Amino acid sequence: MTPRDLLRADQRFIADLVPQGARVLDLGCGDGALLARLRDERGAMVRGVEIDLANIARCVERDVPVYQGDLDEGLADVPDGRFDVVILSQTLQVVKRPRLVLTEMLRVGERSVVSFPNFGHWRVRAALALRGRMPVSEAIPYSWYDTPNIHHTTLTDFRDFCADCGAVIEQEIAFVGGEHGRARVVRWAPNLRADEAVFVLRRR
Amino acid sequence: MDSTDTVRRPWEETASAGVSATKTLVLDGALTFASGRTITGVEVAYETWGRLHDDGSNAVLVCHALSGDSHLAGLRPGEDPGAAPGWWDVMVGPGKAIDTERYFVVCCNVLGGCSGTTGPSSIDPATGAPWGLRFPLVTIEDMVDVQARLLQALDVHRLLAVVGGSMGGMQALAWAKRYPDRVGSVVADATTWRLGAQAIAFNEVGRRAILEDPGFADGDYYGKETQPESGLGIARMIGHITYLSDESMHKKFGRRLQASADYAYDFVSEFQVESYLAYQGARFVERFDANTYLYMTKAMDYFDLQGGAPSLVEALRGVKARFLVLSFSSDWLFPTARSRELVAALREIGTEVTFAEIPSAYGHDAFLLEPEAQHRLIAPFLSNALRRAEAPTGGGPVDPA
Repeated sequence: MTPRDLLRADQRFIADLVPQGARVLDLGCGDGALLARLRDERGAMVRGVEIDLANIARCVERDVPVYQGDLDEGLADVPDGRFDVVILSQTLQVVKRPRLVLTEMLRVGERSVVSFPNFGHWRVRAALALRGRMPVSEAIPYSWYDTPNIHHTTLTDFRDFCADCGAVIEQEIAFVGGEHGRARVVRWAPNLRADEAVFVLRRR
Repeated sequence: MDSTDTVRRPWEETASAGVSATKTLVLDGALTFASGRTITGVEVAYETWGRLHDDGSNAVLVCHALSGDSHLAGLRPGEDPGAAPGWWDVMVGPGKAIDTERYFVVCCNVLGGCSGTTGPSSIDPATGAPWGLRFPLVTIEDMVDVQARLLQALDVHRLLAVVGGSMGGMQALAWAKRYPDRVGSVVADATTWRLGAQAIAFNEVGRRAILEDPGFADGDYYGKETQPESGLGIARMIGHITYLSDESMHKKFGRRLQASADYAYDFVSEFQVESYLAYQGARFVERFDANTYLYMTKAMDYFDLQGGAPSLVEALRGVKARFLVLSFSSDWLFPTARSRELVAALREIGTEVTFAEIPSAYGHDAFLLEPEAQHRLIAPFLSNALRRAEAPTGGGPVDPA
């Protein structure tokens, strides 16, 4: 059997949100660790979309069905409402067309779950405001010139974006992700104090 | 310890599958073709590697492409160790993606072929002469039916997997549809659920070259002094161009001249690409039968997984296998877009399907020339298929823990 994989903090929050036996699509599923966990522990019917061939090979090793595709081209092959849960974990910030991606998620899934690093975190604000430097942190670990993250957002901006895309926010988990995932949920002033967040959305 | 020193690259271990001899099975009774015609005494040339488990759970059928044969991997009896191994040696052998230490591997020459299985060059028992063009037209489904009869005779009642590239992939797809209860997994590699007009057009030009060669003699050239060598050679040259990509041809040949630095101002073969194609054509004529070329290309043209159904999705209902669908970025003969159509339909009916496009400059031939990327996908796919088949629940999906 596949060994039990360590999940990132956001993935553990997401895993807890997926109901038993759900049909789950993970967009940008990476090495398939989250989907394998959902299949093994939740009896979920899992499908992944991933662009990187090496990651696809890791998914095949985990026996996770995965479709090579570019999220920026949409999900034309997927019929409306096909999935109970569509996941976009730590991927929103790297896609070229976030609006298309979120709209497609809302179309093919009953629930959409999105996780992303919070650009409104105080360390990010401090780096820019006090030091005049592009922020590099645990949640955003890249220099400006080699970052795959081209669409950073804050919790506040993301809420506006959801409204704009016709999404209703059902749940919002803001947290500070620690080393090896001991994450702490942030309830007070999350846009300032949380460095990551998980949003659960549905179509309006 | 540097891990790169110890990482095995099994696809580089030439002829590790060892020596295998071609065996022949004569099918009992008659064989009815899709066309409705019936013949008897069909012979099937096949080879096997590895050992079939007592419960029959580990059989893998590999289907060959247009010009292939049963000699999938390793060497033939009596061959020098340095001889060219079987046509998919990189993928079949101990530790390779199709691991002969774990699977019972079967490969047979297809119906209509010219490497031991009954085809147009075989003797028609009614006349005592070669069939020629009187041999019934063969379909991919006819080939699959013959494979099914062979496997019954080998005591294989359910396949762990069917693996095939190009025309072999068509057979693998036909297996999943025709025998849904007898196939656990399918690897559809560099293949298509039906050819488009462009591919049919190239096949037709190849056939024309053969049919209009004066040496063809309406297919009755066997034993005669004149053979349709020119026609078959040209057909192979055309085919070969379609198996490559502009990029790979440019890299390999560019505009380089073969013999001299200057143009000859004559219609002789001058560019390296010309002599390469001529060589490929000439070598092919030595080992392949012109009639079989006609039958194989026609079988590919006829193949349409949708059949008479209103849509591919409808045609695929009832298919139970899991799929690994692979395409290659520069393959314009069996393009990625067509593979995506197949994958979308398979997903629609709820099958577990993994799809990847492997980056390669080699064109359609990439499935023979890109072993590492294929190994990394096919090896774990088959490994999981075996794990599932050996699970107490049988061949079904893994029960959630």
